[in-house]
Amino acid sequence: MKELAHLTLQDARDLLCRREVSSVELTQAMLDRILTLDNDVKAYLTLTPELALEQAADADRIRAGLGAGDPPSLLGIPLALKDILCLEGVPTTCGSRILEDYLPPFSATAVEKLREAGAVILGKTNTDEFAMGSSTENSAFFPTHNPWDLSRVPGGSSGGSAAAVAARMAFGALGSDTGGSVRQPAALCGVVGLKPTYGRVSRWGLVAFASSLDQIGCLARTVADATILIGAIAGYDPRDSTSVNTPVPNYLASLRSGVQGLRIGVPREYYLEGIQLEVESAVRAAIATLAELGAEIIDVSLPHTEYALPVYYLIAPAEAAANLARYDGVRYGLSQQGGDLWDGYRQTREQGFGPEVKRRIMLGTYALSAGYYDAYYLKASQVRTLIRRDFDRALANCDVLVAPTTPTTAFKLGEKTGDPLQMYLEDVFTLALSLAGLCGLSLPCGFDQMGLPIGLQIMGGAFDEATVLRVAHAYEQATNWHKRMPAIA
Amino acid sequence: MKLSLAQVEHVAELAQLALTEEETERFREQLSSILAYAERLQALDTADIPATATVLPLENVLRDDTVHPSLPVADVLANAPAGENNCFRVPVVLEGEA
Repeated sequence: MKELAHLTLQDARDLLCRREVSSVELTQAMLDRILTLDNDVKAYLTLTPELALEQAADADRIRAGLGAGDPPSLLGIPLALKDILCLEGVPTTCGSRILEDYLPPFSATAVEKLREAGAVILGKTNTDEFAMGSSTENSAFFPTHNPWDLSRVPGGSSGGSAAAVAARMAFGALGSDTGGSVRQPAALCGVVGLKPTYGRVSRWGLVAFASSLDQIGCLARTVADATILIGAIAGYDPRDSTSVNTPVPNYLASLRSGVQGLRIGVPREYYLEGIQLEVESAVRAAIATLAELGAEIIDVSLPHTEYALPVYYLIAPAEAAANLARYDGVRYGLSQQGGDLWDGYRQTREQGFGPEVKRRIMLGTYALSAGYYDAYYLKASQVRTLIRRDFDRALANCDVLVAPTTPTTAFKLGEKTGDPLQMYLEDVFTLALSLAGLCGLSLPCGFDQMGLPIGLQIMGGAFDEATVLRVAHAYEQATNWHKRMPAIA
Repeated sequence: MKLSLAQVEHVAELAQLALTEEETERFREQLSSILAYAERLQALDTADIPATATVLPLENVLRDDTVHPSLPVADVLANAPAGENNCFRVPVVLEGEA
């Protein structure tokens, strides 16, 4: 029999439904793997083995008591959570020293929804501190390694979740995407990463980074697996006033509709000088495959693409500076005593935050400060409108847009840590979609000469996850990239 | 344009960060280079373009004013360094007032 951990989420679910395997067996198999493999990958910050086995036993009991009809969609399936999502009573550090000992008194809505669907939680995965980064090297605890080549980064900031899924140390995982933090690590780790539309998934219990951009996303081995996950976590939540009260479609129902007759736009601004040639040729080949499958390929323009990077790196830090003002050592988190109240705040923040978080707080505070607000924050917010209009125009004429997810495959650990701007350029293809608040997905579309995965990005209109997933599934089923596994898995 | 040391120190004060001298100098270099990159936005004419603060249509979200259970105070205070009388305890803010 095939190793249990190598199954897709969907296949594991089928085995559970046929009672050929129990959730306790699946969960134990995963935990056993993690104990050996994760010494090298370092995807997890916290493991919750007792909790997981307890939840698995509960899932098995629930299944034994079920009559006919469909069981909850994730009953007994072991998953991982990025350590920026609150899980009641379990450390939620956000990869930061300032929250090293924080135990949330509640769980995020998305986590509650996973639990209501019957999921088993294996643990919390590594992240760049407060999700600020593109390599998971900004974690205050340790970097995560790419399962395809342990000397390389898994991407970030949801690098722990992507690496855990790639190394078959979870059947799926949740991450968060503010400027590409689900899609980019998915591309670098050769898995599927879905960033839903802003407002599709409740942000209640997702520790805030940049509130107009943050969105919880899914990492999975296949498009169908990602579809099952988004189906479980999407929906309106009265506790998040930015979650949108629009019905959640049955995403699985339209997954197999194919791409015949769909109009797929290729934005010409995503093929820049500096893009790795193998990435460009893999994406061009993927576009040809979609054409063979019956899609109509249309050349489109998103003329303000080059401005997405400066816009994002003013708006996101500005929002972060405001959000992270809450870490003052009074209500939770690290607390350093100072000479007076103000000195205590400053010492707490100086010692609790790492370099990238401080850099972004400084940048954001500057962009919002008197005399600079108009030139930086306001200007960026106006250009954000131009970027949104680009997408509105392009998507008026197309069902989805396709482009590379990243300009290069996974880079070496330490390669870009010395130059923040070089690291920011890693996000150049994912930022615009985040600024427009739309949905997007990355899935494997090839490998470079060194055997490192390449990501294809599929971008869709607001609340049109169904079409993005449908195109991705059609491409995936026509290719074999998703069947490759890292050697260590 | 390179930021002055005084500007960086002023921003650190606004952000409530007690930066070391070494950090102040490093951020001066790095912020200057990131802001120089952002200068390209000035090339765009945005005089008639409204700002985007949120991608959602702006509307008030109202609910009935009903009482819901809150977290137990003990749970809320459990993560705080100090609590007293169901409150967070903080250092003295105003001195000399009785």
